[in-house]
Amino acid sequence: MTAWRKLACLLLLLVVGVSLAANWLAPAGYARQYREAAGAPPSQAHWLGTDEIGRDRFARVLYGTRISLLLAPAAALLSTLMAALAGGLAGYVGGLWARLAMAVTDLFLSLPWLFLLITVRAVMPLNVSPMASVLVTFSMLGLLGWTSAARVLCSRARTLRDADFVTQARASGIRGMRLFWIHVMPNLKPVLYAQFLISIPVFILSEANLGILGLGVAEPMPSWGSLLKELEGLTSISEEPWKFVPLILLVVVVTLFQFVLSRQEEVAA
Amino acid sequence: MTRRPSFSPALSARVQRPAFFSIASVVIVACLFVDSAVAQGGGELRFCLHSEPKTFNPLLVEDDASESIRYLTGGVLVRMNRQTQGLEPELAQSWEVSKDSRQIAFKLRTGIAFSDGTPFSAEDVAYTVQQLMDPALHSPTGDAFRSGPGNVETKIISPSQISITFPAAVAGLDRLFDQVAIVSAHSPKKEMAVLGPFVMADYKAGSSVLLKRNPNYWKSDAQGRKLPYLDSIALEIQPTRDVEMLRFKRGEIDLINALDSEYYDKLAATSPQQVHDAGPSLDGEEVWFNEVAKAPIQAYKRAWFRSANFRKGISQAINREDLSRVVFHGHAQPAVGAVSPANKFWFNAKLKPEVYSPDTALKTLQADGFHMDNGVLKDRDGSAVVFSIITNSGNKYREQMAVMIQDDLQKIGVHVNLVTLDFPSLIARMTQTFDYEAILLGVTNVDLDPNGEMNLWLSSSENHQWNPQQKTPETPWEAEIDKLMRAQASSADAAKRKEAFDRVQEIVYEQAPFIFLINKNALSAVSTVVHGASPVILHPQTFWNAEQLTVVRK
Repeated sequence: MTAWRKLACLLLLLVVGVSLAANWLAPAGYARQYREAAGAPPSQAHWLGTDEIGRDRFARVLYGTRISLLLAPAAALLSTLMAALAGGLAGYVGGLWARLAMAVTDLFLSLPWLFLLITVRAVMPLNVSPMASVLVTFSMLGLLGWTSAARVLCSRARTLRDADFVTQARASGIRGMRLFWIHVMPNLKPVLYAQFLISIPVFILSEANLGILGLGVAEPMPSWGSLLKELEGLTSISEEPWKFVPLILLVVVVTLFQFVLSRQEEVAA
Repeated sequence: MTRRPSFSPALSARVQRPAFFSIASVVIVACLFVDSAVAQGGGELRFCLHSEPKTFNPLLVEDDASESIRYLTGGVLVRMNRQTQGLEPELAQSWEVSKDSRQIAFKLRTGIAFSDGTPFSAEDVAYTVQQLMDPALHSPTGDAFRSGPGNVETKIISPSQISITFPAAVAGLDRLFDQVAIVSAHSPKKEMAVLGPFVMADYKAGSSVLLKRNPNYWKSDAQGRKLPYLDSIALEIQPTRDVEMLRFKRGEIDLINALDSEYYDKLAATSPQQVHDAGPSLDGEEVWFNEVAKAPIQAYKRAWFRSANFRKGISQAINREDLSRVVFHGHAQPAVGAVSPANKFWFNAKLKPEVYSPDTALKTLQADGFHMDNGVLKDRDGSAVVFSIITNSGNKYREQMAVMIQDDLQKIGVHVNLVTLDFPSLIARMTQTFDYEAILLGVTNVDLDPNGEMNLWLSSSENHQWNPQQKTPETPWEAEIDKLMRAQASSADAAKRKEAFDRVQEIVYEQAPFIFLINKNALSAVSTVVHGASPVILHPQTFWNAEQLTVVRK
């Protein structure tokens, strides 16, 4: 591990640690409205000022970071597992099944996801608590984000299926799922690992985009998406620079992920 | 032609002299300057349309952009003065409405011609009315005149006199002609021949509309100078408000209508002389509960929503002052009811906004058996009061109001889940599936007359939002509203109509089928290069007196 990657890991851990300490660092919580100080600039009471209805921006950034940074890996895990099942198995079995699985994958890739997500949100029950909306949003991202990874895994599994050591194992009498779990799956692990880590920043950004569309995490719960909404209509960077903190944090975290992932991307390639 | 200002060295030298003389000279020079600009031509006014005009036929107008063009190009028989809200003669010198409100007779001005030189006469008015009422044309403007089955009769008494008879009484008949731009019966250019101050000169689809001064416009000012002063009006089609704001700041456009409160404050900070707050507008924001019998919601929730005490209690727990102050930066007023105080004649001044009081709210709710249990409001059967409010995504102000209402109601133990939906999904739930509990939306009033609200208040109407299309009124108070609305619609006596509509407002206030939140102020921006502007609350806010505006650019 290079020094840069170590530093990136440390900083990521620091961001996660600080967000986990939100209850202590911002005891008033993310929903309290200081209506007399709505839209206030940074002060001792509110380090990053308050939003347009008077909620402490620092508290919202901390809690929003916690939600986005903890649930994005969960969604990434879900999508990677689905990709492993769909892509890995299809590549290993081959033939008609592989073609069918890849056709379904291609179909998923070609669907207009933005409109589908809007539709999914529209048909969901209305009385959903903010926490449930968080879980639903990230579950949706996980359930829908497996397709690209599935293609990579299918290709890799197909290569492994015809590898000499798999042929040798087959010759020695190992067949079916036992061959898949013992000889193919362990060799897919580096790709799975890389796909998992690559998906995390993608889902963080996806949630941010959904939040801007009003489809993500429900109010009053914050997420990076809802925090980025504040930048809408901002005509000048110098006007209220503290409003850019969530954006800067998002860019920094995604960059840190890229540093951490650089090795895994090579493996995946 | 515009004139460039040039301050001579002699004038600069005078700045050292006593203040009185300095100010006097500046005022005199400014007056001469504007006067001279008017004499030479009023320049070009520039502003944005927020969408593509859907039509240039004045009889088919139904969108804001087309309405703006109709206002600037169309000649009407009578015009409602946007400042005084009174009717003034235009192409008609005088008019008379019959006692039964079925007939209107106009005496027209003579010697007037359309923009292409075709003379104007009673034949054009008759032709316009026939076109307007032609069912095949589907004129949205004509809909307001359709009071009953049967044909509209026009009788040309002389080239300058005409009477129009409708099959049934039309309330506020004369005011409706404010929207009727007269089209020519004889001009080969048909609706492109106009009687208004400006005429269409160029149109680039998706980009711009250019209007030029109508050389045959009939009006002159008090000094006998031909109106309009402006040479032309350049309208840019620009749906993005951010871009509109930037262009205004750069001096590329001169007016902004319906300015956002946030932008208003930003502009006010740098150039306070360019922003105008005309006070409460006709537009309001409101919340309502789903009272539809067949709606797919739990029976116990429907029972809450159908209780006047529940609706009233919720209304009393909402801090409207905070909504106005925080969300709209003070550029809104707590709403009283369906009629804004801006509607000078029809507003019931006896009514006052609901006072924010969580204690009073709890007392009102207790009357229906609601009670607090460990900080949670429960009904008499022990069900916790939880409901969802939906609003359209992307509307920052509504989302903020919803979050503040959520916080206010939490104080009386009511848990609100907020849902933002794209507009088509929201409308489908509101009008087709009725699959919602409460909705927060706004209402845009374009008509001062209560007849424009018939589709909202009649229980049989599709737009009776809380419980539409009732075969017979489901509650006594809705039956009373139906009766009062029909009574005012069929009366020609303004005092009686006012009395009936005042009572409607009182019933709505008592029953709270809509929980009215705020009335937004009419905010606008007018560049200092525009002279003669006097923004008002009614459309078209900033250019209602376009014929008297001048633009003097440096």
